[in-house]
Amino acid sequence: MSRLDESERELNVLGSLNGALHSILGDDDRVVVLGEDLLDPYGGAFKVTRGLSDAYPDRVLTTPISEAGFTGVAVGMAMRGLRPVVEIMFGDFLMLAADQLLNHASKYTWMYEGKVDVPLVVRTPMGGRRGYGPTHSQSIEKHFIGMPGLVVVAPSVFHDPGALLRTAVVDDDRPVLFVENKLMYARPLRRIQGGRVGDMAARVDDARYPTVTLSYDDFRDADVTLVAYGGMAELAARAAERLLLDDEVVCEIVLPSSLNPLDLTPVRQSLARSGRLVVCEEAAPIASWGSEMIARVSAEAFDLLEAAPVKVAARNLPIANTRDLERAILPQESDIVAAVTRAIGSHTTPVHLAG
Amino acid sequence: MTDPTTERSPKARFDSLSGSVDERLYSQMTLIRQFEERLLQLFEGGELFGTTHCCIGQEADAVGILNHLDERDIVFSNHRCHGHFLVYGDRPELLMAEMMGKAGGLVGGRGGSQHICYHGFHSNGVQGGIVPNAVGMAMAEKLKGTGGMAVVFLGDGTLGQGVVYEALNLASLWSAPVLFVIEDNQWAQSTPVEKELAGDMVARGRAFGIRSGEITSTDASEIYAHFADIVASVRETGRPRFEVVHTYRLCHHSKSDDKRPREQVEARRVGDPVPLLARRLDPSVVARLDAEAGRRVTEAEEHARSLPFPDPSTLEDSLVSAR
Repeated sequence: MSRLDESERELNVLGSLNGALHSILGDDDRVVVLGEDLLDPYGGAFKVTRGLSDAYPDRVLTTPISEAGFTGVAVGMAMRGLRPVVEIMFGDFLMLAADQLLNHASKYTWMYEGKVDVPLVVRTPMGGRRGYGPTHSQSIEKHFIGMPGLVVVAPSVFHDPGALLRTAVVDDDRPVLFVENKLMYARPLRRIQGGRVGDMAARVDDARYPTVTLSYDDFRDADVTLVAYGGMAELAARAAERLLLDDEVVCEIVLPSSLNPLDLTPVRQSLARSGRLVVCEEAAPIASWGSEMIARVSAEAFDLLEAAPVKVAARNLPIANTRDLERAILPQESDIVAAVTRAIGSHTTPVHLAG
Repeated sequence: MTDPTTERSPKARFDSLSGSVDERLYSQMTLIRQFEERLLQLFEGGELFGTTHCCIGQEADAVGILNHLDERDIVFSNHRCHGHFLVYGDRPELLMAEMMGKAGGLVGGRGGSQHICYHGFHSNGVQGGIVPNAVGMAMAEKLKGTGGMAVVFLGDGTLGQGVVYEALNLASLWSAPVLFVIEDNQWAQSTPVEKELAGDMVARGRAFGIRSGEITSTDASEIYAHFADIVASVRETGRPRFEVVHTYRLCHHSKSDDKRPREQVEARRVGDPVPLLARRLDPSVVARLDAEAGRRVTEAEEHARSLPFPDPSTLEDSLVSAR
C-alpha cells in the first residue's frame, strides 16, 4: 500500500503526520522509524506510518512488544548520530519506557556535560472518546512534563502537526515526546490563513513549537482566556463559539504546542485582555499540566487575574469503556462552558448590587 | 598529554606499551587497584563526597576485554566502571577530578563515580537500561557502516532486569554487533547470587540465538586470550555475543557496606588477579610497574585537587551539546 493519497494528506492530522514522515525519511538518511506493527500493509495501529516501510525498508523497523527495549535502542542510536523516531502504539504504554526517558534519554546530554546529544522523538497517540477502556484511553503526558531535559510537544488541528513533527525530528537535538491525540487523527486541519481561521482572528508566535492564539474579537477584548492543547483545542473552540452565540461571552483561546518547556508569554498577553483563566485538558486532574499552568500564572501573573482560575479536566478515575461512563469521566464541551460561566461569575472584587 | 593515535583506541595504546602482554596487563591492573585504594582512603578521610563502587578483585575483566577494542568502538559500563574507564581512556586524572566533583572532571562533576562519558565510553547508574542503549549504539554503527561494535557490561544482579532480555532479543533479531559481558561477581549488592538468580546464566544468551559462553577466571592473561576471538567474531559476523565471566568482588559493594561472610571473602583472596599475575613476573618489573602506577595515581590526585569546583553559573550550560 502506498502513502495516503494527496487529498487525505491535505485534509487531516493523520495525513499531515504521515506526509511529514515520508518527507523526513526521504530527506535525511539518519532518520530511522521504530515501533510495533509498523510494516506495510498494516502500517501501524493508527496508520501514521502507512507506506513508510515499503518506501524505506531498511530504516523502518518493526519491533517486538518491548517498549523499554526498543525505546532504549533508539536512545543509543540517537547518541551515535541517527535521528530515530519511536512510535509507542498507545500512549498508555509509555510507562513501560519511562525509565528510558527519565534516567537515560533526558539525562545524557546534561549529565555528560554536552558530550552527546539524544535527538530522539517518541511519538504516541493519547486520549479517549473511542471506547478503548481504562488502559488504552489515557492522556498521561502529565507524568512526563516534569522531567528536566525532556521536551513535550502536542500539536492540535490549529497547528501544522507535520511541520511540528519535522522540527522535532530534524531540527531539535533534544529528546522530544510528541503527543498525538488519537481522536484528532481523522480531524481536518484548521489552517490559519491571512491571520484568520474560520470566524476567528489567529496569531502564531515565532517559537520553535509555536503557540496559536485565537480571538473572536480581533484581540481587542476578551472575557475569558481558554488555554488548551492537543485534542482539547477543538473542544475549547466549540465551547467558545457556543458561549459567543448563546451568551455573548468573548473567549480567547491559547493553544501552546510545547507543554514543556512552557512559555507563559502568550497566556499573559491574553490574560491582559481577559483577566480570567480557564485551563482545559483531557488528563486526570491531580498534579497535571493544567495544575502547573494555574500555579505558574498565579505566581507569575497574579496581577493579571481578576478571578480565580478554573481547571477543566477528566474525573479522577480510570476511563470506563462504555460510552456513557466514558463521557461522564472525560471533559466535554459543556464542562468548558460551565467553567467559563463559573470564571465569569467569580470576582475577586465585591459585586455591587443595584438598588 | 594524550597521544591522538591512542586516545580513542585501547588496542592501539596497549600495543604501544612496552613489555610482555602479562607486564602490560599488570601495569593496567595495578593502576586500577591503586587508584581505587586511593579513592577509598580519600573517602575515609572525608575528602570525597557521595558514593563509589570499586571493582577490586574484578580488574582482570577490564584489562582482558577492553584492550581488544579500537577507536571505532563503544563501551557502556555501569556503576562499577572505574576499571573499565581506566583501560578505555587511561586518564586517571580526569576520573579523579570527576570523583572530587571538580570542573575539568570527565563530565565536570555532574556525574560522579557512576555517570561518566569519554569519547566512546559511557556509564550510567540504573541497572539494565544501558543494555538497549548499547544495542542501539551498535546498530547505529552498523547502519553507518563504520565497522564499530559495542561492549556492554552487566552483572549477575542486573540479569534480574526485564529490559535486559528485551535488549538481547532485539540484538539477535537485528544482528547488532554488540558483546554482552556479564561480570558474575556472585553478589548483587548484599544479596548472594543463589538468592537472586534462577537457572543458567549462559542459557539466557543462548535462548535468544546468541552465541554464548563463559569463563571462570581472574587471570588477566587467560581472559585477554579468551576475548580476542570473541571480540573479533562480533566484528566479523556483525552478530552479538554473550559471555559470562565468573569472578569475585573482593571489596564491598559501595564504600564500607560489606556484610558478607568474612571467611568467604578471605577464601577468595587466593584468586586476587593482581598478585596472581604478579607472581608470574620478574619482581623488579612488578616493583617498577607498581611504583609507576602509584606515581600516576598521586599525580591524578594532585591534578584533581588543583582544579576548581564547577561554578553554579554554568548550570544551564550543555542543555544541548557543544557541537
